[in-house]
Amino acid sequence: MNSIMVLVEHRQGAVRDVTFEMMSAARALGSECGSKVEAVLLGHGSDDALSQLREQAENIVFVSHPNLKDFNYEAYQPALVKLCTERKPALLMVAHSGFGTDLGPSLAVALGWPLVSDVTGFRPVTGGFVMSRGMYSGKLCADWRAPAPAVAMVRQSSFRSGPAEFKAETELWDPGQFPEPRTRFIRLEELPTTGVDIAKADVIVGIGRGVREEKNIAPIREFAESIGAVLAGSRPVIDAGWLPKEVQVGSSGKTVKPKVYIALGISGAFQHIAGMKGADTIIAVNKDPNAPIFSVAHFGIVDDLHKVVPLLASRLREARS
Amino acid sequence: MEIAVCVKRVPDTSEAEVRVDATGRDIVSDKLAFTINEADNYALEEALLLKEKLGANVTLVTVGPKAAEEVLRMGLAKGAAAAVRIDDAGLSGTDSLAFARVLAGFFRNRSCDLILTGCIASDDGCSQVGPALAELLGWPHAAYVVRLEPSEGKLEVRRELEGGLLEVKEVKLPCVLSIQTGGCSPRYASIMGIKRAASRPIEQASPVVHVAGLSQLVRLYVPETTSAAQMLGGTTDEKAARLAELLRERGIQ
Repeated sequence: MNSIMVLVEHRQGAVRDVTFEMMSAARALGSECGSKVEAVLLGHGSDDALSQLREQAENIVFVSHPNLKDFNYEAYQPALVKLCTERKPALLMVAHSGFGTDLGPSLAVALGWPLVSDVTGFRPVTGGFVMSRGMYSGKLCADWRAPAPAVAMVRQSSFRSGPAEFKAETELWDPGQFPEPRTRFIRLEELPTTGVDIAKADVIVGIGRGVREEKNIAPIREFAESIGAVLAGSRPVIDAGWLPKEVQVGSSGKTVKPKVYIALGISGAFQHIAGMKGADTIIAVNKDPNAPIFSVAHFGIVDDLHKVVPLLASRLREARS
Repeated sequence: MEIAVCVKRVPDTSEAEVRVDATGRDIVSDKLAFTINEADNYALEEALLLKEKLGANVTLVTVGPKAAEEVLRMGLAKGAAAAVRIDDAGLSGTDSLAFARVLAGFFRNRSCDLILTGCIASDDGCSQVGPALAELLGWPHAAYVVRLEPSEGKLEVRRELEGGLLEVKEVKLPCVLSIQTGGCSPRYASIMGIKRAASRPIEQASPVVHVAGLSQLVRLYVPETTSAAQMLGGTTDEKAARLAELLRERGIQ
C-alpha cells in the first residue's frame, strides 16, 4: 500500500506530543500493511523539530515557507492538497486537536477523500482502513470503514509514543503559490490564572454534570476545604459559569497530577480523562455504572454523589475529633 | 446581516444508558430524551447576540426528521426569524461530509453572510460539518470559536486550543464558524415566545443533492472495559465509610 503520512503538529516552536503518538500509530499500521511512514512538517525554519523527528519516520517532507510559520488552515491546506495529489499517500493522519479539527474537514473536502474523526484505532482492510472511534459521549465504540486514500483525525493521548530507529533524510518540498488569504492569524492568548493553580494541588475534588445545580456546589466546596483539597471541574460545570475557567481539568483546560483525585458526578469524557489520568489515586463517584470515568478510576462508587458526600464528610469529621 | 444557524436534534446520552439496536449500526432511542445539540445551542445564542447588536436576521436550518421541528420551534421562541427543515429521509448511513453537502446544496440558493454551527455533535462527535460546509461553499471558516467580534466585512474570533490557549484570528465574511460551548450563556425561551412559536410556519425542503457518504459506519458496540477500578459496595453509608478509610490511608482527613 502507498505511504502513511503524518502531519507534524507544532505550536510556538515545540512539536506537540500527539505528533509522536501519531507516528507510533502510523508505524504499527505501516508494518501491518507494508506502507512507508512519512512525516510532513509544515513550518518555517523548524530545525529543532526536524532533529526530533529523524528517528520517527522513514522520510521527512519539510515544507518551509513564511506563510507556514504559525498554524493556519488556509496556508496548510493548499500545500497539503498539492503534496497529497502528487504523492498519493494511502492515509494522512492529522491530530484531532484545535489545529487539526480546523484543517481536517475542509482538507478532506478539497481532496475529495473520506474523513474519519477522533480515531483511536486503525486496522487495514482490502482497499482501505477500518478506524475505531468513540460515539455517544464515549459510551459506545464505532468501527468506520474508509476506502484509501483517506484522512484521519487522531485522538490525542490514545496511542503511546515510543522510540524508533529510522534515520530519515529531510526532503525539502516546494509548496508553490499560496492563494490570497481570507483569514489572518493575529496571536495566541493565554488564559490568565488569578486564583488557585490546580496543577500544583495534592488533592483535587473534581465536579461534573452530576452536580446538576449551582446551589449544590457549596456543600461540596465545604467538604473539599475540610480535607485540604482544591475544587475543580469538568467542562459542563465551567461552561455553566459555576466555576472559573482556570479550574477546568481536561485537554482544553489544565492537566493535573495530584496524589488523589476525587471525581464527583463526572462521566469521563476523554477530554477530561486526558487531563487527570496521571493522578496517583483516582476515586470516582457516579450514578451511572457504565460511566467511562470508571475505566480510569482506581476506586469506584456507583451512587448519588449528593448522598455520598455528606456521609463521607461526617465520617471524616468523626475521625478527626 | 443574514445569519443562518445549523442545528441538530440529538439524544441526550450524557447520563443515560446507551444500547445498540438490532441493526448493529444505530442505538435504541425510544427511551432517550431528545434535545438541541449543546454546541448548536451556543451557536444559536451567538447569532441572537449578533442580531441584538447589529439587527441581523437569524434563520435556523436543520437536517432531520419531522420530530426535529421541536428544536426549530424552541429556536423560533428564542428570537429566530425563520426556520427550515431539510428532510433526512434517505440520508441514514451517510457520514458528516454528506450532511455538509446537503447543507451546501441548500445554502447555494440562499443569500447569507454568516453561517454558525456547533463545533461538535454530541451523538457522533465528528466536528466536521462547519468547516466542510465552508469549503464546499468556497468560504473561509474558523472552528471551535468561543468568542466573536464583528467589524466591517469581517469578524475577529477566538478559537479554543488545548491547554487553555486561545488563537485570535480574523475571518472575512461570508464565512462559517463552528461554535464551542462556554463562550456565552444560552438564554431560555419565554413562555410567550414558546406560545407564539407553536403556530409559526416551518419551511420544508428536500435535499437538492443526494449524496452517499465516503465512509461507512460498519459496527457500533459497547467498548470493552479495561477497568481495574475496585468498586466499593454496600449501602451508601458503608460506601462512604470505606471511602473515608481510603482517604485516611492516604493522609487525607
